[in-house]
Amino acid sequence: MSKGKQADQKVLKEIDGVATDVYRKILDKMQPQLSMPLRSLQNVTYDPKLGYFELLGKFKERTLTASTVKTFAQTLKMMALSKELVRTDDIATKREAYYVSKNWGDARFNEQPESDMVMDDIESMLMVNREQIGFIPEEKGGDVSGKLVVIDVDPETGKEIEIDCTKFGSGAYSVPSSVEHLQFDTDAEFILAIETAGMYQRLVKHAYWKKAKCILVSLGGVPTRACRRFLRRLSDEKKIPVYGFTDCDPYGIANIYRTLKVGSGNSAHINKYFCVPKAKFLGVTPQDIIDYKLPTHPLKDIDIKRTQDAFKNDPFIKHYPEWQKALKLLITMKKRAEQQALAAQGLNFVISNYLPEKLEHPEKFLP
Amino acid sequence: MASKSNATDTGQSTADIAQEMASKRREISISEFFAKNRHLLGFDNKRKALLTTVKEAVDNSLDACEEAGILPEISVEIIEISEDHFRIIVEDNGPGIVKKQIPHVFAKLLYGSKFHKLSQSRGQQGIGISAAVMYAQLTTGRPAKITSRIGPKTDAHYYELHIDTQKNEPKILQESVVEWASEHGVKVELDIEASYQKGDQSVDQYMKETAIVNPHVTLIYTNPKAEQVIFTRVTDALPDKPKEIKPHPYGVELGILMQMLKNTETRTLQAFLTSEFSRVGPNTAKEICQNSSLMPNNKPRDMGREQVEHLINGIKKTKIIAPPTDCISPIGSELLERGLKKEINAEFFAAVTRPPSVYRGNPFTVEVGIAYGGAQGADQPANVLRFANRVPLLYEQGACSITKSIMQTMWRSYGLNQSQGALPVGPITIAVHIASVWVPFTSESKEAVAHYPEIIKEVKLALQEVGRKLSGYVSKKRRVGDELKKRSYIEKYIPHVAQALKEILALKDFEERKVESMLKEMLEKHRGKIEEVAEENLEYDEEFASIGKGKKTDEMDEAEENE
Repeated sequence: MSKGKQADQKVLKEIDGVATDVYRKILDKMQPQLSMPLRSLQNVTYDPKLGYFELLGKFKERTLTASTVKTFAQTLKMMALSKELVRTDDIATKREAYYVSKNWGDARFNEQPESDMVMDDIESMLMVNREQIGFIPEEKGGDVSGKLVVIDVDPETGKEIEIDCTKFGSGAYSVPSSVEHLQFDTDAEFILAIETAGMYQRLVKHAYWKKAKCILVSLGGVPTRACRRFLRRLSDEKKIPVYGFTDCDPYGIANIYRTLKVGSGNSAHINKYFCVPKAKFLGVTPQDIIDYKLPTHPLKDIDIKRTQDAFKNDPFIKHYPEWQKALKLLITMKKRAEQQALAAQGLNFVISNYLPEKLEHPEKFLP
Repeated sequence: MASKSNATDTGQSTADIAQEMASKRREISISEFFAKNRHLLGFDNKRKALLTTVKEAVDNSLDACEEAGILPEISVEIIEISEDHFRIIVEDNGPGIVKKQIPHVFAKLLYGSKFHKLSQSRGQQGIGISAAVMYAQLTTGRPAKITSRIGPKTDAHYYELHIDTQKNEPKILQESVVEWASEHGVKVELDIEASYQKGDQSVDQYMKETAIVNPHVTLIYTNPKAEQVIFTRVTDALPDKPKEIKPHPYGVELGILMQMLKNTETRTLQAFLTSEFSRVGPNTAKEICQNSSLMPNNKPRDMGREQVEHLINGIKKTKIIAPPTDCISPIGSELLERGLKKEINAEFFAAVTRPPSVYRGNPFTVEVGIAYGGAQGADQPANVLRFANRVPLLYEQGACSITKSIMQTMWRSYGLNQSQGALPVGPITIAVHIASVWVPFTSESKEAVAHYPEIIKEVKLALQEVGRKLSGYVSKKRRVGDELKKRSYIEKYIPHVAQALKEILALKDFEERKVESMLKEMLEKHRGKIEEVAEENLEYDEEFASIGKGKKTDEMDEAEENE
């Protein structure tokens, strides 16, 4: 707990520091500035030794002028709210923070994305994650089943409790929004991170984890920060590999899997902790479409645009010739395939053939 | 085919039928023709008939005054006699009409002074006022009552006239010498079937627009509701007297050319060409003859149709310089702008007068004035005012080449909204004036200008010229608008900056206020002074502007009654 208090003190000091700087500048008749790292793919670099997207030195300056005065005021107001939350050891969800702003008169936010943006600005400005400044997301982390015991504490008694993830039947353990305090006990051989809830359901239904000695995690699209952090801690501490299993399309590869493995441009300041650098890609690969004669859909214009964008701007894709080759194949075929297309070979083909065949050769997984 | 077979069925020979048909045929006088086709002259309905009658009388008066060099002062009175009968009395201070011609001017169609000469005037054909007299005769049976006096030393003559519609000749019902206070001038009194409504196409509107483009005229107007309005002249300078010019060879057509050859007093073709046309000297005349394979000493009167055709082709092949353009007398951009200022409460005015140009051998000039912003509706189509030779055109807006030119101009680049091929949308009035020795109208009622490419091109050039001035203003206004918005931002959000700092740093109240005032000072210093954009329109005359607009409800009621 004392460690948490120290971190809180540091955040409070940072907030005061920024505000004091603004205040002094005003008294000195200079235009105050807020400076924060640019949050985009253009400001990250990928080094496989580090394993995640790291910030380059580009900064965004927000100078107080007539055209920025509204956002400037909102940022300071949000920092005041954050300070209050940290000081009183309270939390607010992103949506709640948005509603708090409704008391700010003209400076209120009109839509939640605006307040989320300002929150992200503060987060990156202070180089912390949003939980540290008192804000939590509404979204839950993801569903987990299989060979895992999560050790959590009872919120009332503070006593340790063990949660056995094999005992949820057809349901699942849900990753909480904050995972730092969790401990794990497992003898699983790997973790399968699955894009779609449909595929996850099928594997849970047939207790695939028992057969394959693994942990199943449903990502539900681009994984949340909590889910990424959960997987990271679990795989690091228990030395288990993480395998990505997504749809075979540019979104599944360049957004879902890439964010899981190396983080995103938008949250570059915290990628260090919120990604799984050792993850590998099991499938569905473009080559699988050919090998397994999967039924396909034509690529949409947006898919093609996304891929071209990735070739140009995504340091991760740019780093791996394997991925470039795979994506080029996809573009040449002009096709995409969903995970559940495997059902065309038989509903349980994925369990009986696809996964076992794939898992025989983990060395062939894409990076 | 059908009649032929019928003929054999009934046993009648075709010769019999032809005889019978022949007995039904007889000459149609022009008056009879127009009696049946009065819509061609602008008497389609009762409301329009009132406007046309007033317009014809006023046009004539203005033309007469200007030709005589007299500053016009015209009184127009409309009296409601019964529900749809009105008496129209138009009186001018013009030169008057000599006794002998009075019956012909008012009671014979196609009798006039303007048809055969080329000079800028309102009237053209010699139809208008006699058509009004005929309309009065047809609808009320009452004669036209004319008083005319040509000078203080002569008598004033009074006539009551009908038209013999078959012969197209005046019928004098009464004539006498009367006492008249005016030293010279003409007074016309007509009783017609009509209806009176206010609104865009009303006599009120016509009078007002006439005042806008004729700043040298004083109009005294009494409408049927006995409301009198006096439009006082804003300048004592008469417009430059339009010069009469001879036709230019490029504009002449076969029939007219044959007529001219027959009527000329010259003895040789070369002399004919040099004396009857403008811009043709001996050399050009010789060239024309050469190009038409005709001898310069051919006798004009002996030339046959074929030879005239050669002549026309020869003219086309010959390069002849454009006709003189000093015969056109535009209003002038300055006076046009002043006229608009009086009528429209806007923020920005601009006007241009184009240099003269030529269509089919006829010189013409285009003038455009605009009034932008102010009290005008921002999401309505532009208000279009059309004028030809200083006469307002109130009907047939859609058929007019002026409207077409406005629609074809890209107003978006000048800061207005516009759908493809439509009038621009925005708080704007566009006034277009075409002055020419011969304005090509689409019909005799003179309401729409015909679609000559040369005219459309000139109108568009003029519109573009004022458009550029407009876009300068609009973008300046937008800039200042943005600036004001940003300033209001400062006012709005600075207190929040101060308050947030107070919350974080636990500032005292006075410190918070200090932050506020210092920030405000800093940001405002940064932005500098605001430019003044909108000028106040001092010449705007509210009473004047409301003329013709009337109460909408009244209008609706009356419109219903008419149906």
